[in-house]
Amino acid sequence: MSEFQSWGCYPKVDQKGVSMSDRHQDLPKSDSAILPFGNGRSYGDSCLNADGVVVSTMALNRFIDFDTESGVLRCEAGVMLWEILDLVVPHGWFLQVTPGTKFVTAGGAIANDVHGKNHHLKGTFGCHVRQFELLRSDGQRLCCSAKENADYYAATIAGLGLTGMITWVELQLKRVTSPAIAMENIKYQNLDEFFSLSEESDQDWEYTMAWVDCVASGSNIGRGHFMRGNHADASVSLPPAPKLTLQVPFTPPISLINSYSLKAFNWAYYERQQDRVKSAVSHYEPFLYPLDSILDWNRIYGPKGFLQYQCAIPYDNGLAAMKDILRLIAQAGFGSFLAVLKVFGDKHSPGLMSFPMRGVTLALDFPYVESKTLPFFKQLDDVVVQTQGRIYPAKDAHMSAELFQAFYPQWRELEALRDPKINSSMWQRVTQEI
Amino acid sequence: MQTIVIFGGCSAIAEQVARIYATRGAQLFLVDRNEQRLEDIAADLKVRGAEKVEYAVLDLTQTDRFDGCLEQINKALGGVIDVALIAHGTLPDQSACEQSVDKTLLEIQINAISTIALLTKLANQLEQRGAGTLAAISSVAGDRGRQSNYVYGAAKSMMTTFLEGLRNRLAKHNVHVLTIKPGFVDTPMTASFSKGPLWAKPEDVAAGIVNAIDKKRNVAYLPWFWRYIMLIIRHIPEFVFKRMGL
Ligand SMILES: Cc1cc2nc3c(=O)[nH]c(=O)nc-3n(C[C@H](O)[C@H](O)[C@H](O)COP(=O)(O)OP(=O)(O)OC[C@H]3O[C@@H](n4cnc5c(N)ncnc54)[C@H](O)[C@@H]3O)c2cc1C
Ligand SMILES: NC(=O)c1ccc[n+]([C@@H]2O[C@H](COP(=O)([O-])OP(=O)(O)OC[C@H]3O[C@@H](n4cnc5c(N)ncnc54)[C@H](OP(=O)(O)O)[C@@H]3O)[C@@H](O)[C@H]2O)c1
Repeated sequence: MSEFQSWGCYPKVDQKGVSMSDRHQDLPKSDSAILPFGNGRSYGDSCLNADGVVVSTMALNRFIDFDTESGVLRCEAGVMLWEILDLVVPHGWFLQVTPGTKFVTAGGAIANDVHGKNHHLKGTFGCHVRQFELLRSDGQRLCCSAKENADYYAATIAGLGLTGMITWVELQLKRVTSPAIAMENIKYQNLDEFFSLSEESDQDWEYTMAWVDCVASGSNIGRGHFMRGNHADASVSLPPAPKLTLQVPFTPPISLINSYSLKAFNWAYYERQQDRVKSAVSHYEPFLYPLDSILDWNRIYGPKGFLQYQCAIPYDNGLAAMKDILRLIAQAGFGSFLAVLKVFGDKHSPGLMSFPMRGVTLALDFPYVESKTLPFFKQLDDVVVQTQGRIYPAKDAHMSAELFQAFYPQWRELEALRDPKINSSMWQRVTQEI
Repeated sequence: MQTIVIFGGCSAIAEQVARIYATRGAQLFLVDRNEQRLEDIAADLKVRGAEKVEYAVLDLTQTDRFDGCLEQINKALGGVIDVALIAHGTLPDQSACEQSVDKTLLEIQINAISTIALLTKLANQLEQRGAGTLAAISSVAGDRGRQSNYVYGAAKSMMTTFLEGLRNRLAKHNVHVLTIKPGFVDTPMTASFSKGPLWAKPEDVAAGIVNAIDKKRNVAYLPWFWRYIMLIIRHIPEFVFKRMGL
């Protein structure tokens, strides 16, 4: 087994890992295909390369330049988002866009063109990448921006690591009044209420999303907690970051997620707040990265691992599709602790294969259970196809070639710019002839 | 503001030490042999908050160039060295050394002689000032000779003994001498080894080094459990030890 796994620990593949510690070096030579590997926070097989080589970028973690006046940061591609925050927050800057974990690399964030709780206002991570260097296996180094090597720029953002190795990146940061978040937590009853809360909040609140009780059914379907937040006023002092970090110390022999723990947890989470609205000022960490306080939480799913299902549905079909999907999940009594629901905005990403679309996205985890998980996903896929949605490659380990090519018809343009020595388990799976 | 000079400043462990000092706003001077890497590390340390970073490119086996190098260092750091860390080193190919006197002596030159030459000069400067820390990265490998690694082990044990003597000499002059003994650390030096639970990360070892410097420790095993592992290994009787395949 490789020490390089994806976050879901599924699928399990045999691959060799090598490390790159000098951005001026060529890519490692290999007879089999290679693939850049960040911090392995992708859930499925987009960061895996069965029978090939993954090239870890974790040692490419030097800063290059930070202009505290303009908020332009240049760093190597293996620098993680938490390291960027640690550096820039004291200077009054913040990441424009961040996913729900700070343990991802800048390179990985570009390759999946990740989104966060402020997609409705700020779009994806790629929208704020001024330029980067792309190292190809033939030794070529392409400086890519919207103006220079624009085709590679577009193909590399959300390009799943296939166009080459990003060696350094230049990001535009955002000025914030405070790193503290003034937030509201609103307990809501059903999906209609979720959509109206989103509509009402998306103008004035930078960050919005909801945790959904995926066990609730009937008229309660889609109930949950809607969270919205803004950077607080400069006068507000930053509450301390929570000190306690827990760790799941080892992988239990079986998954701790089953229909009983699931029901109990979802119910307790929904009922934890009695008032409809609760306001607070929070440190940005628990607000933006609630799961990061439990290290290695992916282990609770046991040795077989788990899969995440994340889809986006066009806005007009969103309500109906989410009702169907959540009904299927509740009926099956199968799902995860928490599902995340969020309305995406219409800010266009420069990325050719970017996942988000103006619409609504749902993400939730499922333990891998043989003969159950994948057939169940097929039912969800049918809803996504019927409602013109698509699935997020960063989270995927199951999408068929047929589905992928329908969701992302532009894939052939990426294929044309793919580095001939680079490939991934996912790419081989989803680009099969259909 | 603190001034730090690091020999082997591009070592993975030393780079992490330098980052800690950079965030404290220190002035740093790095010596190593790869210019591009020195430039990259210097840029990184400046972004992280170092007040000043300068470097010199030098093959540290060239002991005759140390005077010039020290002059450059003193000029950059205003004549005051608060902490000198010696971190350069190579991991010899033991079986190649067994077949070659030249290779063996070169490894001793890199891992022991060059360090001793540096320490000799630095000790006098710090003794005169009556302050500062001399820290050098030796290794648990110097605690006992083993068939798989005794050229390296011998060089490190020479370094350990030299440091011990120096500490004895400089203690009354208020100069702190620290012997650092890491166990297995995941760095480019050990890239080809398969890693297990005893392996530490360079950033954790670096935090231990800075802590040992701050607390003026004499000998730091890093991580700490190596002190006990080596205690056991040192106490295996030689008539048993010589038959073991270590
Ligand atoms: C708890 C948790 C919460 C998450 N929340 C969100 C979220 O809110 N929004 C969201 O969009 N995603 C989210 N994700 C997914 C995660 O942000 C992405 O999968 C991210 O891309 C992972 O980055 P990584 O550095 O771990 O890269 P990896 O997963 O190791 O690699 C991801 C891809 O990037 C490529 N790659 C990595 N480095 C380079 C490089 N230097 N050059 C070229 N290609 C490279 C790889 O080949 C691979 O295709 C979450 C994941 C977790 C575990
Ligand atoms: N890694 C471990 O498990 C471990 C365990 C115990 C002790 N140590 C010790 O820790 C120290 C740091 O090692 P590391 O693990 O961080 O390894 P590393 O990253 O390989 O660092 C060693 C550094 O020393 C430089 N160097 C070697 N010979 C040199 C010379 N003649 N002149 C100038 N520079 C020279 C190397 O440069 P090049 O890259 O150009 O060769 C490299 O930058 C070493 O003393 C090592 O013996 C390491």
